[in-house]
This record gives sequence, C-alpha cells and structure tokens, in this order.
Amino acid sequence: MINEIILMNGYGAYVWSAFSFTLISFTALYLVTKLQFLKEQKRFASKFGSLNAEQARAARSQNINREILSNI
Amino acid sequence: MFKSFEPNKIFAITSKAPKYVLFLFIVVLTIGLTEALVLSPEDYKQSDVIRIMYVHVPAAWISLGIFSSLALLSAGNFVFKNKNFALIAKSLAPSGFVFNIIALVTGSIWGKPTWGTWWAWDARITSMLILALFYGMYLLAWRIYEDKEQVIKVTSLIAILGVVNVPIIKFSVEWWNTLHQPASINILSNNIAIHSSMLVPLGIMTAAFALFSLLIFLMKYNTELIKVKNKGLDRL
Repeated sequence: MINEIILMNGYGAYVWSAFSFTLISFTALYLVTKLQFLKEQKRFASKFGSLNAEQARAARSQNINREILSNI
Repeated sequence: MFKSFEPNKIFAITSKAPKYVLFLFIVVLTIGLTEALVLSPEDYKQSDVIRIMYVHVPAAWISLGIFSSLALLSAGNFVFKNKNFALIAKSLAPSGFVFNIIALVTGSIWGKPTWGTWWAWDARITSMLILALFYGMYLLAWRIYEDKEQVIKVTSLIAILGVVNVPIIKFSVEWWNTLHQPASINILSNNIAIHSSMLVPLGIMTAAFALFSLLIFLMKYNTELIKVKNKGLDRL
C-alpha cells in the first residue's frame, strides 16, 4: 500500500514533485507574507512608542490604530 | 454606497479572520490531499499521473479568477474613485501570481509523461505564460512607482489590459489546435465530463486553494493597512 502510494505506477517522481512544488510555494508565500506583516506591526509599535501623550491620544482615537495595538 | 466596505469597518474582521481561515485551510487541505493522493482512482489512460490535475487545475482556475478580480476592482476604482479597491487588488495579486506559477510548473511536470515534453508553445500554455507576465508587471509596478495616484493608474491599466487574455486562455483549446484537451467541466452549460470519484477531490482541492488565497489576501491586506497607518503616525 505504502509502496503503491510512493511509486504511483512509475509516475511517483512526477506526482510527488508537482505536489511538493505546490506545498513549498504555499509555505514560502505564507512565510514571506507573515514576515512582512510582523515587520509592519513592529514598525507601528515602535512609532507609537515614540509619540508624546497628546499624539498617542490622537492616534488611539482611530479604530484601526486601536485594533492594531490590541493585536500586538 | 461602499461605506460598509471602508477599511475602518472591515479591519476588525480582517485582523481576526486569518487564524480561523488558516485552521480551516489546514483541515480542508488535509482532506483534499488524502483524497487526491490516496483515495481517488487512477485514470484508465494516464494512470497515476492524473493526480497532478488536483493541484494543476485548481491553481489555474484561481489564478484566472484572481486576475479577473484585479481587473474588476481596477475598473471599480476608475468608476467609483474608491482607493480601497486598489488596496484590495494589491493584496490579491501575490497569491494570484504564485498560483499562476504553480499552474505553469505543475503543467510542465504533467506534460513530460503525457506529451513527452516539458514545454510546448501551445496556445493554452503560452497564454498562461502571458498572464504570468501581466501578474509580474502588476506586482513590479507597485514596487517601482512611488506616487500613489500614478501607481494606481498604472496598475489598473495593466489589470484591465491583461484581462483581455483571460477569455483567450479559457477558449484557447477551442479556437486553436492545442495539446490541451477541451474543458471537462463547463459550469455555464452544466456539462461535466468527469467522474464524481475525481470531481470530489478536485472540488476539495479547489476549496483548499481558495482558502489559501483568502488567507494570504487577509494577511497582505492587514499589512497594507498597517503601512497606511504607519504613514499616518508620521504625520502626527
């Protein structure tokens, strides 16, 4: 059974390389997107941290800013 | 008209949704892979190499669907002057491009044992390659142009021009003599020439790929919104 799945009637190299390429592409795209997201989130946190009290209050008045901060 | 579509309203949803979409994607992909690699039958003619269809076809469908969405959103941006359309389109493009590349590469792998060649300048393959070039130009334009108004105009133009290629891809197998077989599934005429034992895994894998593109879209859209907000903090 396992051998059948691996060998795929002699087409195993084609089938497995197609599926592997797809899954590797998925993983790479996910990781790149996640890293970009974390980088922007970090940049936001550091910029927010450097604001004075009044600027921070003004920034917090926006829904999205509050939402971003709640996720950091 | 598009008030409920504003980033302020939808960010609360888009920021929480990725973890649920990721979970659902993993579940659906696991079922799909089991069906595609283990449970589905081999083809009487192509034997087990037919299993490549379960990644090749959904990838091609979704890359075409995403490019059509880019063109629709770009046209919407021209008509309604809603910048959020451009942001949504920009967030959709990376997964569309990756699906296009997956369709080309897995198609090439499938071509070797069935047609005896990795590549042929066949109408379907060539038009898919042209789509990848349009995706490439679209993504590159977002990197090259710094002026926001200009980049939105250029990318919208690329998407609208590129969408002309979508029906060419779809009908290429009917208009020209190609190595590709005619479509086995035609939703418009309700003509499905594929057995349910293969249709079910194909459907599940398509759902998994659609969930993955949704996941990438949500993550990318959130990143773009935070970028906008980072610029906003600079102005305070």
